[in-house]
Amino acid sequence: MKKASLLMILGALLLLALYKFPLWNITLGAPQYPEPLGMNIFFNGIEGVDEFDIQNIDGVNHYIGMKKVPKKEDMWEFTVFPIFIAIMSAIGILIGFLGFFKKISYNWFLGWLFVMLIFGTYGLYDFNLWLQNYGTDLNPKAIMKLTDAQGNQMSYKPPFIGTKHILNFTAQSYPRLGTLFVFFGTLLPFLGYFFGKKSAKIKK
Amino acid sequence: MKKINLILSFAILASMMVSCGGDNSNKKSGALVGNAAERVYVAPGEYDEYYAFLSGGFSGQLSVYGLPSGRLFKVIPVFSQNPENGYGYNEETKPMLNTSFGFIPWGDAHHPDISQTNGELDGRWIFINENNTPRIARIDLSTFQTAEILEIPNSAGNHSSSFITENTEYIVAGTRFSVPSPQKDMPIEEMKGTFKGPLTFISIHPETGNLNIEFQLIMPGFNYDLSHPGRNKSHGWFFFTTYNTEEANSLLEVNASQNDKDYIAAVNWKVIEQYVKNGGGTKMAVKYAHNILNESTHTATSTILNEITTVNPLDVPGAVYYLPTPKSPHGCDVDPSGEYIVGSGKLSTDLTVHSFSKMIKAIEEKNFAGEAYGIPILNFEAINAGVVKQAGLGPLHTEFDGKGNGYTSFFISSEIVKWKLETWEVVDRQPTFYSIGHLMIPGGNSRKPFGKYMVALNKITKDRYLPTGPEVTQSAQLFDITGEKMELLLDFPTVGEPHYAAGIAAEILIKNSKKIYPLAENKHPHVTLSEKDAKVVRNGNEVHIYMTMIRSHFAPDNIEGVQVGDKVFFHVTNLEQDYDVPHGFSMIGANTSELLIMPGETRTSTWEPKREGVWPFYCTDFCSALHQEMQGYIRVSAKGSSVPLKWSLD
Repeated sequence: MKKASLLMILGALLLLALYKFPLWNITLGAPQYPEPLGMNIFFNGIEGVDEFDIQNIDGVNHYIGMKKVPKKEDMWEFTVFPIFIAIMSAIGILIGFLGFFKKISYNWFLGWLFVMLIFGTYGLYDFNLWLQNYGTDLNPKAIMKLTDAQGNQMSYKPPFIGTKHILNFTAQSYPRLGTLFVFFGTLLPFLGYFFGKKSAKIKK
Repeated sequence: MKKINLILSFAILASMMVSCGGDNSNKKSGALVGNAAERVYVAPGEYDEYYAFLSGGFSGQLSVYGLPSGRLFKVIPVFSQNPENGYGYNEETKPMLNTSFGFIPWGDAHHPDISQTNGELDGRWIFINENNTPRIARIDLSTFQTAEILEIPNSAGNHSSSFITENTEYIVAGTRFSVPSPQKDMPIEEMKGTFKGPLTFISIHPETGNLNIEFQLIMPGFNYDLSHPGRNKSHGWFFFTTYNTEEANSLLEVNASQNDKDYIAAVNWKVIEQYVKNGGGTKMAVKYAHNILNESTHTATSTILNEITTVNPLDVPGAVYYLPTPKSPHGCDVDPSGEYIVGSGKLSTDLTVHSFSKMIKAIEEKNFAGEAYGIPILNFEAINAGVVKQAGLGPLHTEFDGKGNGYTSFFISSEIVKWKLETWEVVDRQPTFYSIGHLMIPGGNSRKPFGKYMVALNKITKDRYLPTGPEVTQSAQLFDITGEKMELLLDFPTVGEPHYAAGIAAEILIKNSKKIYPLAENKHPHVTLSEKDAKVVRNGNEVHIYMTMIRSHFAPDNIEGVQVGDKVFFHVTNLEQDYDVPHGFSMIGANTSELLIMPGETRTSTWEPKREGVWPFYCTDFCSALHQEMQGYIRVSAKGSSVPLKWSLD
């Protein structure tokens, strides 16, 4: 149970990496942008890879009527997610310690994991929703109104994961270190739960 | 029979082709041409290995080329107005061309030299001199913009300039035409013994690069032609060639060519520096302009200064000696070790090489052959290291490869001669097309020449390119100097006269080259930081338009209430913060050039509307897909009209 609890604590600590590392990264390359423009998506806001990338992405996108890249105050997620992660990390550490001193059972770890899993799934769903909205909710007075082969309004939705050609741009979208930390931050407590269960069985 | 004829004519044809091929291989061009093409080919999208900065000579500018491709990247405006980007036309840069004689739109640029640290090129700045109205310019190599111009008072024909010491402590500006010092009204024929040859020592601030005249050495009135600093062991000395030690004032081509030997002046600037620091020297009232571009306000200011410190060489013991050098020496070049000082007697067929250590010994032993105006003349035999004999006709300049070889240009015999230091033997000679002046090896003026390429800078091209009427291009020729023999690789035409050049490894400059000017650091007094701050302000008959530009519109783009007789100032800020997105601005009927405005920069254009009407302005640099739409109107009403001042962007 000691090993299990340490894994729980370690996993909960790993979540704090989100304050430092981005969850996702989208780059836009084009003939005019041999060094692609890029945005790093953190759980508390979006930053340019280079200092002026966001401004330049907005500048380019205004031609096709796309909205500006949201600032921190434009999306509730950027405020709520950091608080949620802070709380989950604190709870995780707490139940880890309680487990370590055998005050509670490993089932608490499972409960924590369950909440994280729901959060993670919702986060990805929410992210995709934003991509969809960002790429399709266009200004009706857009300078260039383009349609696809079927005559429908063109979607400029960047790919969720992978590479996609959008007009003269090649958009690449991939998870970054932050996502990896969340993955391990949930994997470790999950292993902890198994170890906990195993040691409980042996004792029985 | 017909068949035999056919075979015979084929045979004749074939033999002709073979003989042609034979001729080519004798000239070493046939097989080598393909090889040379490969060695200068820089594939699309690839970078050149070196930057070469070629003086524009009488264009007044400095051009930037890549080596080995010979491709022109940019012309940096320095001493001449440049309508292409508004330099010297817009309000911000006009002060750069101010002098004590007022605004001068043109200059004659000669010798670029790159800043050094410990005798190696550091690539912070490049300096260049203006020959006609004596000036020195500093160009910032992070922006490739002229950052400072300092006028040299009490001087004329600023030719033995702008060469810098090995830690960029000093830059010198010597006078090629002796003049009354200070200037005064006097008969020309009384020149001899009265005129002077002031040599100006300018310090360079180690952080800002700002120039300051520390002292002017008032030398006898010879013509100080070229100069080079000592380096390595001779650091602390400066060497100047002289001609017209006869002090003739008319028909110099004959009268200044009579003496068998003229001099190289050896100046111990460290001794004089100390003398001035201790309060030595005499103040002289003069008038000269000092122009500085402030990078944060994007604006130049010109200040007129009134005083310099002059030093009489006779007041500083051990400061100056004359080294006798045959036949009106022109080039004065110091090898990377600092031991050898090469004087190219331009009316001679030999090169004279002096030894620095022998010079020091001769000074210690007072081995003098006489004196000129009180300055000791060292004994020629005591200081001479050697002579490169019968090397060619009309030697001008020598560069070094750092591997023990000198390369000297010969104007009259139109060739470059490679010779060995210390044995003084000629190793190779190659023709140039035609009449070479300077030659340049990247880093050749430092302790560590790069030693891979050499560029010949030719005055005459005649039949080398497609003819373009009587006025044809001058040219540069690229040689590979890695082998025992020099190999001609490439000819390329140049901007103006490629008088002299400086080269540096590209990797040293690439990393420092700026991409944009940060808007947040723009402290221009008339900056407009966002579209909502755009405005129009009337102040009497002056109208100030605070305008922004971003893909693909101006703010404001409709302005009313301007009147005939107004003076309109367009203060235009480019709000872009993206690499290579400049915008241009031009106004119909404005008596000036366009503005070309880099991201984050503010530039000001003036316009005096002369007729009523609605007059358009537009962006001149194809900035985006909607470039054609980047335009606006100004309504001009009669003088005293009641049309209110208003502006908009919908």
